[in-house]
Amino acid sequence: MNPDFFNIESALSEEERAVRDSVRRFVDERVLPIIGQCYVDGRFPRELIPAMAELGVLGANLPEEYGCAGLNNVSYGLIMQELERGDSGIRSFASVQGALVMYPIYAFGSEEQKREWLPRMAKGEAIGCFGLTESDFGSNPSGMVTMAMEQPDGTWILNGGKMWITNGSQAHVSVVWAKTNGDKEASSIRGFIVPTNMAGFKAKDVKGKLSLRASDTSELTFDNVHLPATAVLPKSGGLKSPLMCLTQARYGISWGAIGAAIACFEEALSYARNRVMFDRPIGGFQIQQVRLADMLTEIVKAQLVSLHLGRLKDAGTFTPQQVSLAKRNNVDIATNVAREARRLLGGNGILAEYASMRHMANLESVYTYEGTHDVHSLILGQAVTGLNAFS
Amino acid sequence: MKIAVCIKRVPEMDVTFKIAPTGKAVDETGLKWDMSDFDGYAVEAALQLTEKAGTGEVHVISLGPDVVQETLRKALSMGVAKAVQLKCDTVPFDAYAIGTALAAELKDGGYDLIMFGKMSIDGANGVTQFVVAELLGLPLVHACSKLEIADGKGSARREIEGGGELVSFALPAIVSIDEGIARPRYPSLKGIMAAKRKPLEVRPAQLGEVRLTIETMELPPPRAAGRIIGEGAAAVPELVALLQNEAKVL
Repeated sequence: MNPDFFNIESALSEEERAVRDSVRRFVDERVLPIIGQCYVDGRFPRELIPAMAELGVLGANLPEEYGCAGLNNVSYGLIMQELERGDSGIRSFASVQGALVMYPIYAFGSEEQKREWLPRMAKGEAIGCFGLTESDFGSNPSGMVTMAMEQPDGTWILNGGKMWITNGSQAHVSVVWAKTNGDKEASSIRGFIVPTNMAGFKAKDVKGKLSLRASDTSELTFDNVHLPATAVLPKSGGLKSPLMCLTQARYGISWGAIGAAIACFEEALSYARNRVMFDRPIGGFQIQQVRLADMLTEIVKAQLVSLHLGRLKDAGTFTPQQVSLAKRNNVDIATNVAREARRLLGGNGILAEYASMRHMANLESVYTYEGTHDVHSLILGQAVTGLNAFS
Repeated sequence: MKIAVCIKRVPEMDVTFKIAPTGKAVDETGLKWDMSDFDGYAVEAALQLTEKAGTGEVHVISLGPDVVQETLRKALSMGVAKAVQLKCDTVPFDAYAIGTALAAELKDGGYDLIMFGKMSIDGANGVTQFVVAELLGLPLVHACSKLEIADGKGSARREIEGGGELVSFALPAIVSIDEGIARPRYPSLKGIMAAKRKPLEVRPAQLGEVRLTIETMELPPPRAAGRIIGEGAAAVPELVALLQNEAKVL
């Protein structure tokens, strides 16, 4: 049975279906055969980057004139769905590259910066990371202490550090958000393009992760990194700029979570049909049927939420609050689907040979990053009451 | 080098088929459609030939209603330069009728090589390429597992019982492609976008006379449930007896 229970396929254009099918085949052929072992080994499969770039998934919704595929946002979402059907770490890599590094260069960068970085990043020749979160400033990024000081000659000196940075240790370039010129107000925040080979830049992998193990997560430190005047993203200004990037990434995450949920549902369904206990397939027992019905229902609802959100985004009318609702709901249901799938799989469900527990553990990170579930609750609370719970 | 590949849109096969109420066709409700597998190998092989030669272009042709345009665009997104739809309301179950329309399209196309999958995976007749070869008076190499073009000549390998057969042929020629020659590439996302800007021409299909029609279709009878006769060595005598007397296979 196809989890597309509501024939959402029929609401996709031919082009959107073609995009999804190409990425689906890539994930089936290249990701799924290796990802379980990568996860056990704690290794991001860098060998897939050239193939992902050739396929065109990096910055796929940015314009063709910068070497990108120029797809609409529904196609972009479907790419994220399929990549996360493989693993949240693979999708995170693509999200960071596209939505958190290429997008800010595209949205806030000069023409020279766009020409310098976007085509190379689309080709996977330059890998990017995004530095906003700090070890003491996660849900409250406005408190960041990383500081860039402008010098009399127009160059910048950057000091500080960032934490939980996906792709950090393999990146060639980072987009770093820093306060400027000693001003501690969030309005002074600006974005900087920081090549990772600059003196004073260090990246160190976070060890001991029990989630997103097939993904590089790093700590960055900046010790008097001397940046040229051209490093600043000229159109960035205030916390709004990085939050705009997060809105892009969260949109993709809302789709990606559906992919993880589909992978778990399909695994659970197949297992339920084939695993015999008490002389019949366990799928014939009411308790497993309820599990599967609940999983299917939540997946269908999440698919409809993201598809409609994608149509709104393509029409240019979506709001960050709508993205919060989609990210919050879809990651939450995916987390529950993955856990119920793991339970349905019984003892086998704890093995890396099956995907559900890997997804279950990954989704705990996805639940926490890009705005925690709780923070998105408060964004929605504010949206409906008009009352700000943050301050 | 100019290559034409004739492709067919077929249902994906990993489903349980139902027969339509007419009893003469498959119920198409809920089916997903794609390029026939062997045709995909042929498109890939054609693209590789032109890429290796560094020159030339590949065209694809498909016969059928407007839905075949999706299959044609898939080929365009893989890297094919031009697509032609030979339009007709339904695809007849008659290779002569289809082959006549294809031959009319291909005759003055100036193609060095015309390629087919060795058969469609739904009809599984594998005859159309023979009809076209006959109508155009061209040599045909059927079911090639390897193919090379050099110095205006072709050579191909065919898998035969217990070995291989190497064939050389003059161009222009027709070849049909077996599995194993080349795994079709998946269209890149840029390829999918570029396909929208490539030419897709639509012409009425000049079908030949339809002399074959399907009278009825039927599903295989349901299999009876198996029977467990015992376990281990103790069950062997009864098993042998049943195979001799009931199944009559010993």
